[in-house]
Amino acid sequence: MYKFNFASPATIDDAAAQFEASDDATYISGGMTLVPTLKQRLAMPSDVIDLSKIASLKGISLDGDMVKIGAMTTHAQIASDGLVVANIPALAELAGGIGDASVRNRGTIGGSLANSDPAADYPAAVLALGAEIHTNKRTIAAADYFVELFETALDEGEIITSISFPVCKVANYQKFSNPASRYAIAGVFIAKTSAGVRVAVTGAGPYAFRQNEMEAALDGDFSAKSIDGITVSDDGLNEDIHASASYRANLIKVLAIRAVEAIS
Amino acid sequence: MANNVSLSVNGKSVSASVEANVLLVDFLRDNLGLTGTNIACDTSQCGSCTLLLDGLPVKSCSLLVVQADGCDVITIEGLASETVLHPMQQAFQDNHGLQCGFCTPGMVMAGIGMVERRRAAGSGLPSDEEIRSALEGNICRCTGYHNIVKSVAQGAKTMLQGEG
Repeated sequence: MYKFNFASPATIDDAAAQFEASDDATYISGGMTLVPTLKQRLAMPSDVIDLSKIASLKGISLDGDMVKIGAMTTHAQIASDGLVVANIPALAELAGGIGDASVRNRGTIGGSLANSDPAADYPAAVLALGAEIHTNKRTIAAADYFVELFETALDEGEIITSISFPVCKVANYQKFSNPASRYAIAGVFIAKTSAGVRVAVTGAGPYAFRQNEMEAALDGDFSAKSIDGITVSDDGLNEDIHASASYRANLIKVLAIRAVEAIS
Repeated sequence: MANNVSLSVNGKSVSASVEANVLLVDFLRDNLGLTGTNIACDTSQCGSCTLLLDGLPVKSCSLLVVQADGCDVITIEGLASETVLHPMQQAFQDNHGLQCGFCTPGMVMAGIGMVERRRAAGSGLPSDEEIRSALEGNICRCTGYHNIVKSVAQGAKTMLQGEG
């Protein structure tokens, strides 16, 4: 690891001011991605600003018909939280399947979304449920949030403060995990929302996306049969040592069918 | 720039001035001489470096000491008394839950973390499947998993019900 300065500000404003004042700062949340990145010398920030001492970034609450989750809430907390389990059980289950138990005790939802790894699990839930991403500057709709590979709508120095998920009791997430890292080689989140059926895919493309053809078919007839005839194109899908693009395209359909069957 | 940190390690207060880029596992091993916490993969995959941070199992190879400032750290050295092993350690001995022993401290800490979480949630004894799931981030390259699972099951039983 290269050397860097470290600070643990107590407020969001202080953190943002320190970021602004630095030549090349980065925020650290749980550090489950950042610390390995620093160790491999893939990043060499001059300043690392720790968000873990900011109390207002933590906690889970029910806010009308939304479950609001503080950005610094860990995957383990989300997986076992009574409010999440009761109101969006599929989200709790998704969080409980990230990485392994030790990773879930450190990694946070805000850190994961800010990093926007193409194989992360949350993006599928964020898109399918139509979540809102609150920052220290504004609120970003899920549809506008994921921009490119490892790129989001966040501005330089902008801090995710919380994420609001609409309550949704009928949803399911299926993923095909990389056996070593447990990242999604492909993951599909299907939700029956007030706006209709939503199908969101993570792991397969450069960033999470919705599968409109499956949504339309499932809106007409919510059954595995109705999506069985759909051919998923491998155009633009990820290709790496773990899986080819066409393998991922096939996984999308297999996982979508499993999710529909789990709900039915 | 050095940072001042204060943390509790196995019940003892530790204060030190450390560079921000020092990992918790290196600090424990190199500065405090606590070499029970092992480094194997050094990429957060294998779990050899698992310890309890504020009661929760975490991988200390992916944690900066400065992130642990103010925290309570328990390592494998903090479990046994002079004469009596922790029930989870005793269970590994009773069930031959180790071969080369390199992954064992991490397995023991992950096992204890799981049992304590279940105790807090009131969820009772873990099934073998739940034990395997809790140990997913801990790899044994001697591949002695069956006895490790048996050990954790016995350790959990003793910890939760006070019997061997």
